[in-house]
Amino acid sequence: MVQYIRTRFDVSFAALSDATRRGVLEQLGRADASITELAERFHMTLTGMKKHVGVLEQAGLVTTEKVGRVRTCKLGLHRLEEEAAWIERYRQLWDARFDELDKVVEELKRKEKVDGRKKAE
Amino acid sequence: MKSRTTVERKSERELVVTRTFNGPARIVFEAWTTPKLLKRWWAPKSYGLSFLSCEADVRTGGTYRFVFGHAASEQPMVFFGRYIEVTPHSRVVWTNDEGGEGGAVTTVTFEERGDETLVVMHDLYPSKEALDAAIATGSTGGTGESFEQLDELLITLGESSGRS
Repeated sequence: MVQYIRTRFDVSFAALSDATRRGVLEQLGRADASITELAERFHMTLTGMKKHVGVLEQAGLVTTEKVGRVRTCKLGLHRLEEEAAWIERYRQLWDARFDELDKVVEELKRKEKVDGRKKAE
Repeated sequence: MKSRTTVERKSERELVVTRTFNGPARIVFEAWTTPKLLKRWWAPKSYGLSFLSCEADVRTGGTYRFVFGHAASEQPMVFFGRYIEVTPHSRVVWTNDEGGEGGAVTTVTFEERGDETLVVMHDLYPSKEALDAAIATGSTGGTGESFEQLDELLITLGESSGRS
């Protein structure tokens, strides 16, 4: 999962390295659009635009949905992926906290042992 | 090593975090409910977080207020709420009020098993929409950095490509 996030991050940067793709993201930030509309807006062939959208989709920056013959693009991750990524980040936070808590517990245990010995003396 | 912390979305409104600690329940409880000790683990260094203040009156009806600083942010993060139930060595229940009405109620239980203690932390959100919203906004109670950075980058790049 960590690997997944890291890879996704790299893929995202690759996706953002192209001016057209950044333009597409900006456009989709204003409104959802079909591939045809995007191709016209950026003076490209349908095939060319499909490729760019494919890269953005793989990076999880754009989702597409086909209704009838029109494929509509919008910003954002698929909901399930988004949830899985969020849950993993939440897990990592608590894992980091609990690693620290482990240390506190160990220390309290040691202290209790020492105090116990002192009392017994 | 396989991580020992698990997180699961148990239902539309619930998240459950579990972890086993090598020590008796009373010690884990003490570390969880003593502000001086809580301060040492609640803001993990590996996250660049630090406590600016940690006030916690850990008893039924008491309140807490945690203020964190983050290396990457000028704005401190504030978390606060009320302890609904504090039962020594076994159970603490609190509200998370910083987000308004959509905040979860958190129940943590300490269950002794031999020399170990199983900690189960249960977040119950008021509705499916509230938990979905927490996920959508990336709020994890103090994190979300890499995707926020990506968001910022997207905005910056969006602006610069708009100008060109």
